[in-house]
Amino acid sequence: MKEFLEFFSFADANIRYVTIGSVLLASSSAVVGCFTLLRKRALVGDAVAHSVLPGVCLAFIVSGTKNPLILLFGAFVTGWLSLILIDYITSRSRIKEDTAIGLVLSVFFGIGILLLTSIQHSGNAAQSGLDKFLFGKAASLVGEDLIVFGAVAVLLLITTILFYKELKLLCFDVTFAKSIGFPVRSLELLLTTLTVFAVVVGIQAVGVVLMAAMLITPAAAARFWTERLGVMLALAAVIGAFSGISGAFVSYTAPAMPTGPWIVLIVSMVAILSFAFAPKRGWVARMLRRRHNKIQILEENLLKLFYQLGEQHEDYFSNRTLDNILTRRNIPKTQALNGLSKLKRQGYIQRHPDGWALTREGEIRGKRVVRLHRLWELYLTQYLQLASDHVHEDAETIEHIITPELEQKLMEELNYPALDPHHTKIP
Amino acid sequence: MVGDAISHAVLPGIVIAFLFTGSRDSIPMIIGAGLLGVLTTFLIEFFHRYARVQADASIGITFTWLFAIGIILISVFAGQVDLDQDCVLYGEIAYVPLDLWLTENGLSFGPQTIWTLGFVTILIIAFITFGYKELFLTAFDPGYAAVIGISTTLWYYLLMTAVSLTTVASFESVGAILVVAFLVGPPATAYLLTDNFKTMLVLSVIIGIIASIVGYYLAYWLDGSIAGAIATVTGLQFALAFLFSPTHGQLFKRKRTIAV
Repeated sequence: MKEFLEFFSFADANIRYVTIGSVLLASSSAVVGCFTLLRKRALVGDAVAHSVLPGVCLAFIVSGTKNPLILLFGAFVTGWLSLILIDYITSRSRIKEDTAIGLVLSVFFGIGILLLTSIQHSGNAAQSGLDKFLFGKAASLVGEDLIVFGAVAVLLLITTILFYKELKLLCFDVTFAKSIGFPVRSLELLLTTLTVFAVVVGIQAVGVVLMAAMLITPAAAARFWTERLGVMLALAAVIGAFSGISGAFVSYTAPAMPTGPWIVLIVSMVAILSFAFAPKRGWVARMLRRRHNKIQILEENLLKLFYQLGEQHEDYFSNRTLDNILTRRNIPKTQALNGLSKLKRQGYIQRHPDGWALTREGEIRGKRVVRLHRLWELYLTQYLQLASDHVHEDAETIEHIITPELEQKLMEELNYPALDPHHTKIP
Repeated sequence: MVGDAISHAVLPGIVIAFLFTGSRDSIPMIIGAGLLGVLTTFLIEFFHRYARVQADASIGITFTWLFAIGIILISVFAGQVDLDQDCVLYGEIAYVPLDLWLTENGLSFGPQTIWTLGFVTILIIAFITFGYKELFLTAFDPGYAAVIGISTTLWYYLLMTAVSLTTVASFESVGAILVVAFLVGPPATAYLLTDNFKTMLVLSVIIGIIASIVGYYLAYWLDGSIAGAIATVTGLQFALAFLFSPTHGQLFKRKRTIAV
């Protein structure tokens, strides 16, 4: 707790630098990452991160200094080049995009390693520290880095806000963007440039491999919580910032811990929890929905059986035994009993010593299902000219889905019919 | 890209295997990494299919996550693990001859890595020879393969195990990233040169061998990393094929369109 307070008082300048740096970096790359993710190009960040290395080395060889601006410029050039190459290879040959990405990133990285080792073996004393581009050095951020980070973060955010509408259209409907005269090519170039920017700066903090996570993981997590791009961007930035702070905190409490990997670990956990538990799109929510649907279908099928038995005997409210119910339709016994007890609890049927009987509400609901089934059969035969013995299966499915509005429309469309294609009465 | 993901994601497997056995013995490491490789494939599939994460994002998230865990494990047990991050990322093939396999009575069998790599190579060749039909069908027509009773899932996972094996075996020598160049480069080059799958297999092996030899001399000349040099040559080969391939090259394509 003491450490916690110490950390969050931000009294120590070093803590302040590391935290602010991590937050700036994580949130700005998360925002850019949203666009690359939505353009289904999540892995290009990885490619850029690897391709930066030869640029850094070349810049060093050419200039002979470790001036960060010159190195960043070199990094920027090769990072950008790699994306252009990936596009070129994919569009001009039968090589698929993922192959092109893998090829370009590993070859660029190979060239980088070759140059780096060559520089290291050349005995040039100034070279030490070049390899911080490989693994990052989030824990040793100083004031100067912070200024660069801050500038880039602000630049990225401003560009995103300025071109928000254009970029949005680029992500969701390229053809439309083209048709209303947007300069799609230049916009793509802009997005590429933004990505490269984010990567080139971020790589110094978290390193080559993990940079990809800074771009895509917050974006992918945010995608699960919302359907709106604006919210998604904000959410991704918050998730990024949160993991930035947590990563800095962990490496503060345990100095041996690397900041970058912890940021990535935390952001991944957030993402995985989002995949599982996000409302609507999450895995658990979908499972529950599916179960709910299944139960609803079972219940409606049972009520339908009751109603059909009632039609047969022209008596809807007398007792039916289980065997009686299951003669027309083969539902596994335990499942059927389960469904029956659920229906009883909801008041659709009543338990009698030798079986179950429909209540008034149960009769209404069962009748509705039967009516929808027959209406749909009739609709299929009349409007799609299907043979009457082909329509049953389809109606079995749709009877659980049709809404009251749709039901009304069907009735109007079919002119309030009385008989279905099998000449049974539509109730 | 799955190969790339696996090559990064096996890192925690290697570290854990190392922590359990306390030695840099190859066998436990290969087992640990193999398991992680299969787990990676499974996770990617799981996120994609059950959580409906976009395919490319699910790859990116899985491997960075596992890689981060690996790095953290290395840092936690830094005192005990004789692995460093540099070695993990780009290896050093030049040290291979130094790591000799000595029996207890001092008999030398030559470099250990050669034995491991040799064994894995034989294993892979055997795998491809015996599983050729199944692999071929799974790659080209999974629907048909499933119809004639081949379990595409099983073969997919077997293939991914093979990928992890290769990755781990090459790990010490070339590192996690450059192994991707070896995995992707030669086949992509061969793919531009031929339309026949068998020819492509043979061709990619030949291309790989040429790349290693030329790469070695390039590294010698520049006094740099051998693995890096081989990857560079792989890239050059691809560029050549991309431009000059008789069937798919850019130059000939252009000429053809002009002639027409």
